[in-house]
Amino acid sequence: MGINWHDFFIVGNPLILGSQIAIVLTMVGIVAGITYLKKWKWLWREWLTTVDHKRIGIMYILSGVLMFFRGGVDGLLMKAQTSRPEMKFLDAQHYNEIFTTHGVIMILFAAMPLLIGLMNVVVPLQIGARDVAFPQLNALSFWLFFSGAMLFNISFVVGGSPDAGWTAYFPLAGKEFTPGIGNNYYAVALQIAGIGTLMTGINFIVTVLKMRTKGMTLMRMPMFTWTSFIASVIIVASFPIFTVALALMTFDRIFGTHFFTISGGGMDMMWANLFWLWGHPEVYIVVLPAFGMFSEVISTFSRKRLFGYNSMVFSIVGIAFLSMLVWVHHFFTMGAGPGVNSVFSITTMMIAIPTGVKMFNWLFTMRKGRIELTTAMLWALAFIPCFVIGGVTGVMLAMGAADYQYHNTLFLVAHFHYVLIPGVVFAVFAGLYYWWPKMFGHMLNEKIGKIHFWFFTIGFNLTFMPMFFLGLDGAVRRSYTYSAESGYAPLFLLSTIGAVILAIGFGALCYNIYWSARYADRNISNDPWDARTLEWATASPVQFYNFAKLPEVKSIDAFWYMKKHNEGLTLKDEEVEEIHMPSNSGLPFYMGVIFGITGFLLVFEWKLAALVATVGILAGLIIRSFDYNDGFHVHKDEIKKTEKAWRSVNKGVNNHVS
Amino acid sequence: MEKNHKGFPVTHVIGFIMSLVLTFAALGVAIKTSLPFKTILWIIGSLAVVQAGLQLYMFMHMNEGEDGKSQVINVAYGFFIAVVTVAGSIWVMSFGM
Repeated sequence: MGINWHDFFIVGNPLILGSQIAIVLTMVGIVAGITYLKKWKWLWREWLTTVDHKRIGIMYILSGVLMFFRGGVDGLLMKAQTSRPEMKFLDAQHYNEIFTTHGVIMILFAAMPLLIGLMNVVVPLQIGARDVAFPQLNALSFWLFFSGAMLFNISFVVGGSPDAGWTAYFPLAGKEFTPGIGNNYYAVALQIAGIGTLMTGINFIVTVLKMRTKGMTLMRMPMFTWTSFIASVIIVASFPIFTVALALMTFDRIFGTHFFTISGGGMDMMWANLFWLWGHPEVYIVVLPAFGMFSEVISTFSRKRLFGYNSMVFSIVGIAFLSMLVWVHHFFTMGAGPGVNSVFSITTMMIAIPTGVKMFNWLFTMRKGRIELTTAMLWALAFIPCFVIGGVTGVMLAMGAADYQYHNTLFLVAHFHYVLIPGVVFAVFAGLYYWWPKMFGHMLNEKIGKIHFWFFTIGFNLTFMPMFFLGLDGAVRRSYTYSAESGYAPLFLLSTIGAVILAIGFGALCYNIYWSARYADRNISNDPWDARTLEWATASPVQFYNFAKLPEVKSIDAFWYMKKHNEGLTLKDEEVEEIHMPSNSGLPFYMGVIFGITGFLLVFEWKLAALVATVGILAGLIIRSFDYNDGFHVHKDEIKKTEKAWRSVNKGVNNHVS
Repeated sequence: MEKNHKGFPVTHVIGFIMSLVLTFAALGVAIKTSLPFKTILWIIGSLAVVQAGLQLYMFMHMNEGEDGKSQVINVAYGFFIAVVTVAGSIWVMSFGM
């Protein structure tokens, strides 16, 4: 045991050396910039200690975009390596590390925070609440996620990245075959981030069940709230399984147990079993909120109520139920026998039924609607055909016998990218364009948005469509090179070109964020899209207490009803009451830091030091137990002032879609 | 709440007697019969599950109060997840035997 110091920093690779220098320069730049602008206090008071669900959501989204960039660079590196046969750009080890971090980062540190971020911003507003049920816990969730994400990200410059795939199958991921510390990062960083996610799940279940405003019955909730709620239920059901699996992995790797090593009497496939018991529901955790966003966007821009609301709800619940019953389809080739494989083939195919119901509901929502082709709507429109390709190939893969042919080929890789990119990334983009004014008080530029859209969708199809055919021709996944005789070269090259176009699309989004922050019109109304749900009933950007007076809900699409009947849109001075809000706290940030330190020590197997650091975690828990801060009251005058600021200018604003 | 303080606690007595019956039935099956070991395990295991359910209703008032319905759903869902995770894993990892 014990780690050699000369292994601490990864040296000798120009790519990694470049990243190390870039990281140091960026960090110096950030510190110098904040000091120069004298923003430290502001940063601490307004952001690092905040318990406001909207700010936490924005921090989640920023981290998600950042991680999407990191994962995207990993993807581009892989595409560069496979662009020609026998390329010498990356060696096998480096390629292994890159596809591992690409998978982990994209799923857990990009898709999850982007979705949880939008959930944070939108769900309390949609149910007419002033915050989530446990605001400080929410901040803790974020900082634990952030701590885990950062711990995972430093792996490639400090100590070496995990290299056993994002699934980290044993025996490869065990100490025997991966003796370095890379996989310790996997076990520890995902554990820390996972605790944060689990807390988010609990928080949102309680928020949706207990914090709804008057009249907001379950069956009047907006679809995004419904999907977020069910996704939270799946989080609470499945993440504990992952927690246990990762804990066992940590014991195996750091403390020498043998849960997953056959030579020690363990079972290596038990890891795969536990991983996918969590991993498959995880797919639905990310895709359900995305479905909710599409529902909101399609309904708003078709100017129609969502078609088949009830069937939508039942199909979500059905998906949630079935999502726990399909995990074996990820390892049909383990050969569990015809009985097991048939059962899981059938349950897998059954998931296509509720998903199909949702597809038709979206199509019927658009039927005879007055469709507006905004950027958000374009993403929703592109999602439908792309996702259907992903879904249909999924049904192909669901057949246990046929899966022996597809398993471990690029066909599978193309399939899950066709599910996750339209299903999650398109949704997040739609959601960002749609809710951006709610978060920042200005719109994202629609023209740049459309450039972003076209580059991204064309690039996406060009990248992944060839991979279906490569896979059917027998190209295996996770292989760092191929021979010229294989005949794969043209399709691989096409795929690389697609990836570059995809990257340009993402660049357009980043430029759009920058451009809009600098130049976009700030003089917009609280409801620039003429939307239907409660988040649009309050100011843009939303004031910290959300609603001066909690709205009363009388129908589905509550805000639409309020606009049509002209009810509850104005606020009289005598209706204003003092509002009770939670105070900021530095404790969640502290917990994130101390968890990060403990995790880092554990990764390097400095067990005594890690044990000492856990005292810091306990100290944080004890301090929290004796925290009697009950929050503060917002005075009536302040509320009146804030409300007047956005309500009285309503006449002169640009109520437009630019 | 009011209802529970008035009159004879019928449900508690029924629950108590049923629990006794189930416990002694399990004891009897285990000690007094000469069934195969596996059968005995199955019988007393099932009796234990029945008794756990009985106690949730009779003594722990699972379905009462304003959250009664959601508590029943929670327990049922938790049970479902536990069965899927544990029984499912055993079934799959023993290759469907």
